[in-house]
Amino acid sequence: MNWFYFASPSTFYGLAGRMAPWCFVAAALLAAWGLFLGLLVAPTDAQQGAVYRVIFIHVPTAWMSMFLYFLMACYCALSLIFNTRLSAMMARAIAPTGAMMTFIALWTGAFWGRPTWGAYWVWDARLTSELVLLFLYFGYIALANAFEDPRRGDRASALLAIIGVINLPIIYFSVQWWNTLHQGASVSFRGTSMHVTMLTGMLVMSGAAWMYAAGATLVRVRAIILERERRTQWVRDLGAA
Amino acid sequence: MSIYWNSWSEFWAMGGHAYFVWMSYGALLAALVVEMILLRARRKRALEAIEEERDLEAEN
Amino acid sequence: MTEASALRARAAPAKAAEGSFSGGFAWAMARDLRIAWRHPDEAVLTVAFFALVASLFPLGIGAEPQLLARIGPGVIWVGALLAAFLALPNIFASDYIDGSLEQMTLSPHPAIGWASGKIAAHWIVSGVPLTLLSPLIGLQYGLTPDTLVVQALSLALGTPVLSLLGGACAALALGARGGGMLLALLALPLFVPILIFGAGAAEAQATGMTPMPHLSILLAALIAATVGLPFAVGTAVRIAVD
Repeated sequence: MNWFYFASPSTFYGLAGRMAPWCFVAAALLAAWGLFLGLLVAPTDAQQGAVYRVIFIHVPTAWMSMFLYFLMACYCALSLIFNTRLSAMMARAIAPTGAMMTFIALWTGAFWGRPTWGAYWVWDARLTSELVLLFLYFGYIALANAFEDPRRGDRASALLAIIGVINLPIIYFSVQWWNTLHQGASVSFRGTSMHVTMLTGMLVMSGAAWMYAAGATLVRVRAIILERERRTQWVRDLGAA
Repeated sequence: MSIYWNSWSEFWAMGGHAYFVWMSYGALLAALVVEMILLRARRKRALEAIEEERDLEAEN
Repeated sequence: MTEASALRARAAPAKAAEGSFSGGFAWAMARDLRIAWRHPDEAVLTVAFFALVASLFPLGIGAEPQLLARIGPGVIWVGALLAAFLALPNIFASDYIDGSLEQMTLSPHPAIGWASGKIAAHWIVSGVPLTLLSPLIGLQYGLTPDTLVVQALSLALGTPVLSLLGGACAALALGARGGGMLLALLALPLFVPILIFGAGAAEAQATGMTPMPHLSILLAALIAATVGLPFAVGTAVRIAVD
């Protein structure tokens, strides 16, 4: 199998177009199931009350914010190592969705935090590093768009994203390193202390977030391909169709 | 697997935490809608730019 | 030709022999230090800015001694960080504009060598004076001698990392639209962990706890940055010049 068949913008454009709708369908189904479990079935937490139900969107978006940045950095590394245009376009396509996930994680965290721990915001390690992650996304997007030559923007922002990866372990381990406000990890490979419906709901919603992010990224990369490759013949022929 | 709430009004009230819960879920919904709108607009702009360039070329 | 551009015109090393990391490093650092020596305004401004910012806080918040002692470590670190940040464009911008940077990429020395040399010069011209001045500012805030020592030590460990991180961002942003604001958006988020541990070390000492964990992490960050970032800076310069 030719692994590099889909590495060209023209072939990937079609593939992305076929994949994106399925991603959205999967996202919708998973979200329906996850929200059913989280909002309707799962029992109310004894200590925190009904507001704990925010975890069904807070945790998935927080996980996605980190995962998407990591994925974006991988595409950036690929684009620098192999000098491929499409890898850089994929990285650019991921960034806005990643930034949105980060913002929602911060926002939902604030509204969960206020009734539960008394404050919309504290400067504890995990919140601060998640905020830094939002700025890293903004910086990546700003640098990528700051040049006349898009390839120069690709390369500069790719290197920036790779330097910023160091922030991810800080976010992830910050809850262990600093014993401050943010809730410790309840889910690990060794098992969990959560009620099974809550856990299932969280995992299903994470799947929904992942499928949504995949769909949004594929739709966005198609637009980016159209923008960048508009001088090529196959794009011209597309417009004619 | 049974539904936890006894009535719809209980559901919307979220045990007194309605504001916090629905501001969170509402923000997510709004963000998704905005992203979809922006994506559609971006695609439209790209296609229009292609149209324009093709028309310019056709003139020359 | 003005003296500054004459100095800059000697951008390529005289001998086009085989290059080396240390050769490039020494050459670039010596050159940038010579330029800074002839034109000390940048170095003096950096230190003056630090002192000015540190004076603003007592004037704005109120000069109550307990409050100042409490916020001192953090304010000093933020002031030093901002001063080091403002000095960042000086590393590459002028050389980029007059073409010396392109000359350097053509030299036989590896980019990682002379890029590190330039960043070392930046640290000597900005980070070192800031570190040396910090005890005086600390006295203005009523910090105890042991806190002053830890503060200076945290700056000594942290400012090189700021120069390396900031230098990479400065190289990436060369020729970009958005100027200083863009550089701030790129560099300041990356500075945050260093600020947290640096100010944390001094605060720990001030409140009677041990600063060792914070200082150890700063040292680890310094080692990691020294090993990993010069390559990134060299690559960033090549991206800017190509």
